[in-house]
Amino acid sequence: MTSKNVHIKIGEMKTSIGHIKNLELSIGKVVDDSWSEPMGPTPMPGLTTLRDWDMKLLNKYKPFYMPDCDLCCLCTYGKCDLTAGKRGACGLDIGAQSSRIVLLACSIGAATHTGHARHVVDHLIEKYGRRYPLDVGGLNVKVEAPVTRLVTGIKPETLGDLDEVLEYCEKQITHLLSVAHTGQEASNLDFESKALHAGRVDQVGMEVADIAQISTFHFPKADPEAPLIEMGIGTVDTSKPVIMCIGHNVVPSVGIIDYMKDNNLADKLEVVGLCCTAIDNTRYFNRGKIVGPISWQLRFIRGGFADVVVLDEQCVRADASLEAERVKAPVIAASEKNCIGFKNRTNDPADEIVADLVSGKVPGVLILDPEKVGEVAVKVAQKIAPIRKKMNVLPSLDEIKALAKTCRQCNLCQRNCPQDLNIPAALKAAAEGNLAPLTDLYESCIGCGRCEQACPVKLEIHSFIVKAGEKFMLEEKNFCRAGRGAVQDVEIRSVGGPIVLGEIPGILAVVGCANYPHGGKDVYDICREFALRRFIVMTSGCSAMSAGSYKNAEGKTLYEEFSGDFAAGGVLNVGSCVSNPHIAGAAIKVANIFAKRNLRGNYEEIADYIHNRVGAVGLAWGAYSQKAASIASGFWSLGVPVLVGPHGSKYRRMLLGRADKKEDWEVYDARTGDKVNVGPAPEHLFQTVETKEEAMVAIAKLCIRPNDTWKGRSIKLSHYVDLHKRLYGTMPKDLHLFIRTMADVPMTMKDEFTKILEAKDWKETVIPDPTLLSRMVRKMKE
Amino acid sequence: MSCEPWQCAEIAATKKANPITKPEVAVAMIKKAAHPILVVGSNATERYMEGRPLIEFLIDFANASKIPVVATAHMVGEFLKRGYEPADFMSAMDIGNRLVDPEWQGIDGKGHPDLALFVGLPYYMEALILSGLKHFAPDLKTMTIDNMYHPHASWSFPNGTLEDWGNSLKVMTTKFRC
Ligand code: SF4
Ligand code: SF4
Ligand code: SF4
Repeated sequence: MTSKNVHIKIGEMKTSIGHIKNLELSIGKVVDDSWSEPMGPTPMPGLTTLRDWDMKLLNKYKPFYMPDCDLCCLCTYGKCDLTAGKRGACGLDIGAQSSRIVLLACSIGAATHTGHARHVVDHLIEKYGRRYPLDVGGLNVKVEAPVTRLVTGIKPETLGDLDEVLEYCEKQITHLLSVAHTGQEASNLDFESKALHAGRVDQVGMEVADIAQISTFHFPKADPEAPLIEMGIGTVDTSKPVIMCIGHNVVPSVGIIDYMKDNNLADKLEVVGLCCTAIDNTRYFNRGKIVGPISWQLRFIRGGFADVVVLDEQCVRADASLEAERVKAPVIAASEKNCIGFKNRTNDPADEIVADLVSGKVPGVLILDPEKVGEVAVKVAQKIAPIRKKMNVLPSLDEIKALAKTCRQCNLCQRNCPQDLNIPAALKAAAEGNLAPLTDLYESCIGCGRCEQACPVKLEIHSFIVKAGEKFMLEEKNFCRAGRGAVQDVEIRSVGGPIVLGEIPGILAVVGCANYPHGGKDVYDICREFALRRFIVMTSGCSAMSAGSYKNAEGKTLYEEFSGDFAAGGVLNVGSCVSNPHIAGAAIKVANIFAKRNLRGNYEEIADYIHNRVGAVGLAWGAYSQKAASIASGFWSLGVPVLVGPHGSKYRRMLLGRADKKEDWEVYDARTGDKVNVGPAPEHLFQTVETKEEAMVAIAKLCIRPNDTWKGRSIKLSHYVDLHKRLYGTMPKDLHLFIRTMADVPMTMKDEFTKILEAKDWKETVIPDPTLLSRMVRKMKE
Repeated sequence: MSCEPWQCAEIAATKKANPITKPEVAVAMIKKAAHPILVVGSNATERYMEGRPLIEFLIDFANASKIPVVATAHMVGEFLKRGYEPADFMSAMDIGNRLVDPEWQGIDGKGHPDLALFVGLPYYMEALILSGLKHFAPDLKTMTIDNMYHPHASWSFPNGTLEDWGNSLKVMTTKFRC
């Protein structure tokens, strides 16, 4: 790194001049410039440092707003009606208000990841010291923190270095959030630019969290052969006490696992996880199990599988503790961000807490010491498991048939169901003794419980669906590959060329939450389709779980069928939400390691390189959270397009290119300074797709980049055309926009293309050395 | 028949769609439009009436009314399979984004649509696009011919049964034929 805090800590020292105890001394910063790479133009960018770059992107991909609401109610001047051009009392219009909501979502997401990182780093510094070295892949990963290097100009080497990186993030997030105050920003595009900045900061915060935990907890270190982890409710050995961890922060779970290991209990209990805590548990402990994505909280708790429920942070249902109480499973809240109203028992003796939880004197406790969480969780699980006997609150099939007769067919459940599931019809059939329609809802139900909240006769509809689908639930026995973390430098060296030239048709990153329109199978189908087409498929978080939750004809899950290499046809799970920067990092490393572009504080140049050359696309098929918004924003800012499934339209703002506006698609040829029209490549930066079929066609198309060689372009086009014909039943109508010379045309499609090109009055053009930045032009023409 | 949003939470509209009380009224309004388009979403093959998928009702309606169809998602293939060629196909976001651009001259290049009909998108997506058009395309009229009330449209059928819906679509088709 460039500067170091000198920090001296003395526990106890006796000298001739006296006795010193617990002395801590910090003496400013000492510059240590052992990193030879020159500093780029934008280290530690502030709110407006990269505004010009943002505006370039926002001019090409203009926001399309779909306000969820006509009103603004953020201050007491309001509520203001902003319909169709009306301005509110503060002068704001609906475009700016819509972009302010985007900024808020991205800032919340960035704050959440950075807060998570702060907790992890502070905890680890306390445990291991500031000088603990970072190691995310030994000699295989020399560029250990590509995003941090790129954004901040810092090359972190120790845990203590991460502290300074986080200070930068925290400062930026405070400024970003302040922009959302009434009377702070007027232009929608400036709000958007700040949302992109939130995305950049978010990527740094996430990267810090993950490299800190990889280094200290010895998670798989850039390992393509990270172990296969058992996944699914059917893999849980319910004869053992079961501890269930929900959330994202692995620190309390590490406390549990360490306590089990230290007391020779590693095979005596089951530690299972939901959401990203599950992913990170299994990077630490390969006997941990993944139950499933975030949306399965209710089904697992109500099903009675968990003897103790440990809740950390992010995406935890606010009623998880109430649901646990119903099945008499004690709850341990383990995060200061999610105290759930429980009494703080951190400083009480563990055995007292255990006694209170086992006796049911209290339904839950707050414990902020991860080691104590470990001891209490394990002891409670052991004691309570024989008492609870996996008590559950799922009704029997006969009870469902009887209760279904009380349904009034009022439709309120369906009208409150985000999936618009035809629950009334399923209950009508159930009342007549046929449970099949109810079972059919199991795969699409996202477990939100809104139907139950709406039902005037208080039918526990979600429980009915889970019970009706119980057979499938108990048969869920799959594998997820443990999150491997970073991509190795050597992997980048071997595929950098084929990616940039277009011969590997694309990198597909399938990330994010489980708010799917029709269940997780779509994720599996999409990943498999593109792995078979020899794209590089990367996964993380709940999507990584869904990708592994289905099998091929030979009974193999995706992670068994395909290798975990960062190579054509590989399917690699990088890890949890905070592992997403390894995906961005891979693209950044292509620019750095393969193309030898300087990284340090050089954001704009690297983003320009990625945007024009690296055919990467993000798909967040079930994105729901603010964190998913900021993750996406980090990719937009690098010029990487992101697709979301239909529920993602509720982010209310898309960034869309206009393929029909020729003038929007000009780049500089860095060799000559000429402006060259490169067509809509990539066409959009953020787009909602409605169906799995649309997603597949869009992915193939969005991997096209101006820099593709003719060979690369023809490979990419052959995938696009093939998928389009198969799924849309016809040829694409925009092929002429992607052909520069006849050499781009896929060999086997010459005749079809020729006809199309003739009809469109197509003219040959050149393949430039593409850039959006005039300063990158090597020889500008007069 | 209710003029509450089909999905209960979609209530935050101060300017709400006028209800279409009878299919004949919808037909009269469509006939007044110079450049109407019909945007058809992916539920066209998911929803059934009288044992037939919605898309078949829509093909009859489009043939009778001659309104150019824009198919979203992968619906173009579903239309082609049934012998109907939609005037265009693009993503739902793209058609929404073009409709808010006053300079866009329509799919035939002959003028910006003055009426956009929507049917068969997932309810929440359709609601959001209609909201985008309400706010950012003030000169455009929008109509849904779904059986679910959409407050952000200019005109919408109230919530209705599948039977009502099938009948409305058939009446509209017949009215255009005669
Ligand atoms: S922030 Fe502005 S638009 Fe919103 S309620 Fe206050 S005055 Fe009205
Ligand atoms: S729990 Fe399932 S069925 Fe109930 S509203 Fe949510 S998605 Fe619909
Ligand atoms: S809300 Fe309750 S009573 Fe009404 S249709 Fe649904 S299950 Fe039946």
